[in-house]
Amino acid sequence: MAVEHSSESDRVASAEPHHTHGDAGHTHPDWSTYKWVALILTVITVVEVWIFYTPFAETRLFIPSLLTMSAAKFAIVVMFYMHLKYDAKLFRALFTGPLLIGVIVIISLLFLFGQLNFFLE
Amino acid sequence: MTHAAHASHHYTSTGLDNRKIAIWAFIGSECLFFGSLISTYLIYKNRSLVGPFPHEAWTNPQTGETVKAILDIPVTSASTFVLLMSSLFMVLAHAAVVRGDRKYSKIWLVSTALAGTVFLGFQAYEFTSFVHEGLTLKTNLFGSSFFILTGFHGAHVTAGVIWLLTLFFIDLKRGLRPTDAINVDLCALYWHFVDVVWIAIFTLIYLIP
Repeated sequence: MAVEHSSESDRVASAEPHHTHGDAGHTHPDWSTYKWVALILTVITVVEVWIFYTPFAETRLFIPSLLTMSAAKFAIVVMFYMHLKYDAKLFRALFTGPLLIGVIVIISLLFLFGQLNFFLE
Repeated sequence: MTHAAHASHHYTSTGLDNRKIAIWAFIGSECLFFGSLISTYLIYKNRSLVGPFPHEAWTNPQTGETVKAILDIPVTSASTFVLLMSSLFMVLAHAAVVRGDRKYSKIWLVSTALAGTVFLGFQAYEFTSFVHEGLTLKTNLFGSSFFILTGFHGAHVTAGVIWLLTLFFIDLKRGLRPTDAINVDLCALYWHFVDVVWIAIFTLIYLIP
């Protein structure tokens, strides 16, 4: 029997628990999770831009704070929107392996060209 | 299981769909691609001999004309928000296809494509205003590395919009069924990757002075 849903969120919430990957059998997050993820991403972005315009931007904590917030946003999107938190370990390896190599290459090149101090000062 | 049903799955000895393995491997390679572009930008950071500069004003010694800091943080913040919201629309489009909801799959797919197009509009506006301010690909190290990095990102967004519109028109023509969810999933993974690359670019280029 068809179930009538009052809103898009109801539709997604009722449909999502049945959704699994055929290949891996992992359940995806539901509408509520997606909503919270979007809210958290928005709040972090607002805070990033806000501190850019405050005296906090002149302090030594400014760049580490920005990098931390950016890394948090990156991880949240990858884990929840790209479902890496719920997906097969092989996918995680295929993504995090090159990502780690990329980050190490960036840090190494900054060190070699004397630009790493810029981030550490 | 019928032959047709069996053929629609692309399982490997890992038990995983080979198309998903391929897209994750592709995204992994893209991490290295954008890693090289980002490191180039950071190595050249603050090493331009002539302006315009990203975060400070510059007076042209030949003309005496002063050019303000060229990056427009409020405009870029708005485009960042649009791209973040497009990722939400994308997961909703995928969820709609999974449950066979043709109405909402179309709405969310076209919304995602629209948000991507708006982001590209912001980028076109930004590039145009930079050129009018005197910053081109050849002006200085900042211009070269900035246009290459953000230009390649914009090209990826453009490819994503075309992919999304293709799915939308398929949905219009014959409808995307739950068995087609993998095709939307592949597009979604690509789209979210484009989003996370922008998260890094926004902080490293626009916010860190």
